Amino acid sequence: MRDGVLTESRPVRWTLLALAVGFLALFLVLPLAAVFAEALRRGAGTFLGSFADPDTQAATYLTLLVAAIAVPLNLVFGISAAWAVAKFEFPGKSLLITLIDLPFSVSPVVSGLVYVLLFGAKGWLGPLLDDWDFKIVFAVPGIVLATIFVTFPFIARELIPLMQEQGTAEEEAALTLGASGFRTFLTVTLPNVRWALLYGVLLCNARAMGEFGAVSVVSGHIRGLTNTMPLQVEILYNEYNFVGAFAVSTLLAGLALVTLGAKSFLEWRYGDGLARNHRH
Amino acid sequence: MSVAALRDSTSIPRTFREPSALPGFGLTFGFAVSYLSLIVLLPLAVLLAKAGGLGLDGIWKVATTPRVLAALEVSFFISAAAALVNAIFGSIAAWVLVRYEFPGKRLLDAAIDLPFALPTAVAGIALAALYATNGWVGSLFAPWGIKIAFTPWGILIALIFIGMPFVVRTIQPVLQDLDRDVEEASATLGATRAQTVFRVVVPSLLPALLTGVALAFARAVGEYGSVIFIAGNMPFVSEIAPLLIVTKLEEFDYAGAAAIAAVMLAISFLALLAINGLQVYSRRRLGHA
Repeated sequence: MRDGVLTESRPVRWTLLALAVGFLALFLVLPLAAVFAEALRRGAGTFLGSFADPDTQAATYLTLLVAAIAVPLNLVFGISAAWAVAKFEFPGKSLLITLIDLPFSVSPVVSGLVYVLLFGAKGWLGPLLDDWDFKIVFAVPGIVLATIFVTFPFIARELIPLMQEQGTAEEEAALTLGASGFRTFLTVTLPNVRWALLYGVLLCNARAMGEFGAVSVVSGHIRGLTNTMPLQVEILYNEYNFVGAFAVSTLLAGLALVTLGAKSFLEWRYGDGLARNHRH
Repeated sequence: MSVAALRDSTSIPRTFREPSALPGFGLTFGFAVSYLSLIVLLPLAVLLAKAGGLGLDGIWKVATTPRVLAALEVSFFISAAAALVNAIFGSIAAWVLVRYEFPGKRLLDAAIDLPFALPTAVAGIALAALYATNGWVGSLFAPWGIKIAFTPWGILIALIFIGMPFVVRTIQPVLQDLDRDVEEASATLGATRAQTVFRVVVPSLLPALLTGVALAFARAVGEYGSVIFIAGNMPFVSEIAPLLIVTKLEEFDYAGAAAIAAVMLAISFLALLAINGLQVYSRRRLGHA
């Protein structure tokens, strides 16, 4: 086919390509490069030395702990919600799907605020918690709750469209052949959705470990106790310990890169096992 | 015969859900709805109740104090500007990634999701370092007396970063599925390439573009982490609404924080409605979401 009929002329093509690559380099590549460059500004020794800070280590531990609680809970929720929504017909289903997506359209700050209003010292349940001497806000339970809130939809929204597409015929066949409901789920449904499940867990985990706004509101920023890694980044940065802040950031950026890599791999290799909009 | 009619004509008992051979509805539905209610709905209801305690005129009073009004203005105006920039460059990026072949395309495509994956605090300090007057990009502008970081321009940069994947990722699949035959037809009928692009291709991308822009805008309005490091956070100049919520909370003004949050929720709810409306419209009009 002749040039210019179904594609743009060469100068236009090159201009568009240059604009796109320039824009993406400016907004994607440079910030990422800056994280590593700033972390290594004073040499590898200072960089590695910043990980010896006990507060940074405590923050790393807390981040892992929070993700280890929040991700499995949202996993159980995601599977339950997907089973109920995708395999059955009931009134109010689309409302339920909308409500599951709700946390995505709420500002992270508001996601933290709601728990302060509920459990804070001047919140609705604050006095009651005070009597029991149990702290939620400015303590680890609040951080876990805020993290669950912001990562709430990730796994459900990967599973629901895929399981809706797959229908119920295979499960019905397994049940007819005498399998129990739980066995049907384990041997028929789960293998069908495993890649979408992994995809959702990856995204959920990345957000759980990286959440800043919501966690910042409920954490109280107590060093060594209620600081997650993103909050530790903020504290170090505000103390002008830039190398320290960027050193912790390299770990989080590394997590982001691993997540992106695994995500692209799943889309490329197991695209058929993902919800339709992730198949390239 | 429909299931409902069938149910009426036989002795199958009327149930909430339609009959199915699969087990586990009660357990999974019950758990999902309880968990959703406890984690999301109840806390949001408490927020609305707290804001509602002020009454509509009370919320109005908080929302129209000069400092709050200025913060809402900064948030909405700069979010809209960032969405506009993303509409232009995001479309170009999506076009290039779908239609052209070039080395490194796969890598660039994968990198589009970086703003989703990179923790916002990390993005914030990285952008602040880049655009400060001694940073890689900021130092290019400093000789002309242009300051980017710690001014409203810095907020714009952060919000472009955070919103870009929404625009690219909503346009990309639609562009991919677009039938090339229409473009051929248009060319055959004598249209120039520019006419084909702007009068045939762009109109069919418009719903997706608007959806992506609305998503980017909604995300930008609520964004906190990536903005506060680069914004400078000067009241009346570069203070965003989410930061003001945090400030109110630190002053233990829970009602004031809830009022601002309620205003922001109302606006993101409207954005969500607009997005849904656009999707319904485009599905009807063009047969795809």
